[in-house]
Amino acid sequence: MNIGSGSLVTVPSSTGSWKSGDIVSDQFPVGLRVLVVDDDPTCLRILEKMLRNCHYEVTKCNRAEIALSFLRENKNGFDIVISDVHMPDMDGFKLLEHIGLEMDLPVIMMSADDSKDVVMKGVTHGAYDYLIKPVRIEALKNIWQHVVRKRKYEWKDNNFDQSGSVEEGDRQQKPSEDVDYSSSANEGNWKNSKKRKEEEEEVEDRDDTSNLKKPRVVWSVELHQQFVQAVHQLGIDKAVPKKILELMNVPGLTRENVASHLQKYRLYLRRLSGVSQHQNGLNNSFMGRPDTTFCTISSLNGLDLQALAAAGQIPAQNLATLQAAALGKSATKSAISMPLDQRNFFSFENSKLRFPEGQQQLNNSNKQIDLLHGIPTTMESKQLANLHHPSQSFMGMNMQVNSTSQHNNSVLMRLSQSQPRTQLLNGANNGSQVSRLPLSMQQSLSPVLTQSGIVDNARGSVYNPVSQASSMVDFSVNQSKELQSYNFSLGSNSSGLSSLTNRGMLQEEVNSDIKGSRGFPSNYDIFNELQPKSQNWGLQNDGSTFDTSLHPCMQGTQDVSSQLLLQQGISSTHNSGQNRNAPIEKPMYSNGDEIGHSNTMCGSQLNSGGGNMLAVKAERFPDADYQNTNIREQFGRDDLMSAFLRQQASVGPVETEFGFDGYTLDNLPV
Amino acid sequence: METNNIHHLRRQVANLRQSLFDQGYVDEQFIELEELQDDATPNFVEEVVTLFCKDSARLIHIIDQTLENHPVDFAKLDNYMYQFKGSSSSIGAKKVKTKCTQFMEYCRAENVEGCKRTFQQLKEEYTTLRRKLEIYFQYARQVGPTETASCTQSKSVN
Repeated sequence: MNIGSGSLVTVPSSTGSWKSGDIVSDQFPVGLRVLVVDDDPTCLRILEKMLRNCHYEVTKCNRAEIALSFLRENKNGFDIVISDVHMPDMDGFKLLEHIGLEMDLPVIMMSADDSKDVVMKGVTHGAYDYLIKPVRIEALKNIWQHVVRKRKYEWKDNNFDQSGSVEEGDRQQKPSEDVDYSSSANEGNWKNSKKRKEEEEEVEDRDDTSNLKKPRVVWSVELHQQFVQAVHQLGIDKAVPKKILELMNVPGLTRENVASHLQKYRLYLRRLSGVSQHQNGLNNSFMGRPDTTFCTISSLNGLDLQALAAAGQIPAQNLATLQAAALGKSATKSAISMPLDQRNFFSFENSKLRFPEGQQQLNNSNKQIDLLHGIPTTMESKQLANLHHPSQSFMGMNMQVNSTSQHNNSVLMRLSQSQPRTQLLNGANNGSQVSRLPLSMQQSLSPVLTQSGIVDNARGSVYNPVSQASSMVDFSVNQSKELQSYNFSLGSNSSGLSSLTNRGMLQEEVNSDIKGSRGFPSNYDIFNELQPKSQNWGLQNDGSTFDTSLHPCMQGTQDVSSQLLLQQGISSTHNSGQNRNAPIEKPMYSNGDEIGHSNTMCGSQLNSGGGNMLAVKAERFPDADYQNTNIREQFGRDDLMSAFLRQQASVGPVETEFGFDGYTLDNLPV
Repeated sequence: METNNIHHLRRQVANLRQSLFDQGYVDEQFIELEELQDDATPNFVEEVVTLFCKDSARLIHIIDQTLENHPVDFAKLDNYMYQFKGSSSSIGAKKVKTKCTQFMEYCRAENVEGCKRTFQQLKEEYTTLRRKLEIYFQYARQVGPTETASCTQSKSVN
C-alpha cells in the first residue's frame, strides 16, 4: 500500500515480495527465498537458522531429488538455491546442472572440501559461489547479490547480439551498478538502482522492436534440432544468431530467441566439456545407473583446455566474477584435468556422466555438437520413457537448455524477453516426475508440503502457501491413506517413514504445543515429568534407527523442549553402563536418536500430557525403561551434577559397544 | 535479585563452557552456534548438538560395520568419515574433527589397523564431548538462556 508520505511501497516480506510480479519490498533482501539442500541434518539445521537470521525465507531439504521436485513444482518459488556438494542420492554438481538449466536459478555450492579441483568444478558447472564448510552466517548474508547479478546478466545476455550490434553496447554499462550491491545493508540504494534499471530496461525494450512482449518460445525437439543443424552448419564459433535464424527459417522466431538459446547452448557445451575431464578413465565404471546427466566427451579441443587452464588459477572467492567472465567468453571451455580423489570418485559414482561407448568424438571444432545427437539426456530414464521420444539427445538438450528461469519475471527483470520455456516439456516432466517418485519421497513430500504453509505462518514467514497447497494437492490426497497407515506402525522398519510422516503431519500441532513449554523447570519437575512418559518408550524397540535418509524437506523448525533433551542426554549416557537388552550393535545414542529425531513429537508429548494424541507412540524409544528407573533412583537429589558424576563413576565398562574400559569424566569443575 | 544459588550456577555454567574451549573440545564454530541462539530458539545450540549426536550415532554404527567387513571398503569408510567430519566441524567439535581427519588419512593409506585404532579414539573423543556438552546444557538450562549466549570474554578461544 502506498503511503502518501513519500515513503516507498512497503510490502512485508512474508507476502513473498520477491516473487515475480509482486511489488518490491522496501526491505530487500528480506524475504529472499532460499532453498537449502544438504544431507547432513546438523548442517541443514544450522544453515536454516542462519538464513532465517538473515531474514530470508528458508526451505530446507535433505535430498536433491526432493529439492528438484520442489523447484519444478514451484517454478517461481525460489530465488536462490544453496546445495552441498556431497550428497548420497545425487551429486551436488549434477543438481547444480539441473537447476541451472531447468530453472535457471543461481546456485551456491557448499562443501567441507576446499580442494581447488572441487572448487573449480563448481565454477565450471556454473555455481554462483562456493562456500567452504563450516559456513558462517557472514557468508550467507551476501548471497542475495548473486540473485541480482544473475538477473542482470541474464537480461543483458538475452539481448546480446553475437554480431555485436551497437544498440546493445550501452547496455554493457549496467554492471557498474553492481558496485552498489556489494553491501547487503545498502537497501535504499538497491531500490533506487533497481527502479532506475527498470526504467532503462523499459526504454530499451521499446527501442528494440523485436523485444516487445512476444510469446515465449518453446524450444521443441524439432526446433532445437533445426537450431543445432544451423549451428553445425555455420560452425560453433561462427554461429551468430542472425545467421542461425536465417538458416532455421522458422516464422515467428526472432533473433533474440535464437541468441538466448545460443547462450544457453554454449553454456551447456561448456559444462559438458568441463565435466568430461573427470571422466577420462572412468568410462567403464559408471555405466550401470539408469539415470544420466549430461553426456561428457572424453576428448576436448585445444581451445577448451587452454581457456580453462588459464582460468584455473582464479581463487574460489572470485567465483562469481569468473563465472560471469566465462559466460562472456565464447570459446571458454572448462577443461582442466583434475585429479580425482577418492571422495569425488564416490560422490560421483551415482551421477557420473554416462558416455556410451560410441561417443569418443574427434578433435574437430564441431564435435561437441555432434555429440549431442547421441547423448543421453539429463532427464531420468523414466522421464525419458515418459516422453516417448527416441531421440534422446534433443530432449535432453531441450530440458537442459531451454528451461529458463521464471525469475526473469521478477520485478527487477520484468522484461518481455523471449525466454525460451519448456513449459510443455516441464509439464510432462512434472507429471512424470511426480508419478515416478519413490513412495517414500512422495509420502515425505506431502506432509511436509501441506504443512509448510502452516508452519511458516506460525513463524511469520510464508513459503508460498497458496502455490504449495495447490501444487501438492494431488500428493496429499493420494497419499493420505498411506500416510495414515504409517502413523501407528509399531516397531516396524518403516518407522523411518512413520516418524517422518508423524513429524510432518503433526508439525502444526506440535508448534502450538511446544510454545508453552519453554522455560527451565527444576530438576525435580524435569524428571517427574519425564518418568511417566518414559513408559511409552518401551513399546517400540527395533533395530532400525536410521531414518535420516527419509528426512523430508521441512519448513520451519521445532524448538525442542529442554526437558526432552535433558532426558535423552541422561538416558543415553546411561545406556553405556547398563546391561542392555538391546543388541550390542545398537547405536549408543539410540535413545537420543529417537528423541532427537522426533523432537517435536516428544516435546509436545511432554507438554500436553494426555490431551495430545500425537502418534508419537509410533516413534521408537528403545531401551529406555530400565535406564529410566536408574535415573529415577539416582537423580532425586539436590545436586544434579554430583548425582550425574556418581552415576558415571559407578559405571564399569562405560561403552560396551565401543569397547571402552572404565572411562571417567575428567576436568569437571564442580 | 539473584540468589546465591543462581549466581553459583551461573559461574559453573561459565566455567563449564570455558573449559570446553580451553581443553580444545570445541572451537569457534561453537560460538557461531551460540550466536545463532535467540529468543525464538533459546535452546538452539543444544538442539543442534542433539541432531549431531543422533546422526553421529548412525554414522558410528555404520562405520563400525564397515570396518568389520572383509575386505574393508576404504572408499566407503572415507565417504562416511567425510560426512562425520563435516557434521563435527559444523558444531565445532574440534577433537572429534581431528580424529576424523586422521582416520581419513589411514583410509587413504588403506591401513586397516590404523583406521580401527583411530576410530576407537574417535569414539572416545566423541563420547567425552557428548558427556561434557550434556552436563553443560543441563547446567545452562537451569540458569536460563542468557548464560549460554556468547559473551565477549569467551571469544578469546585458543
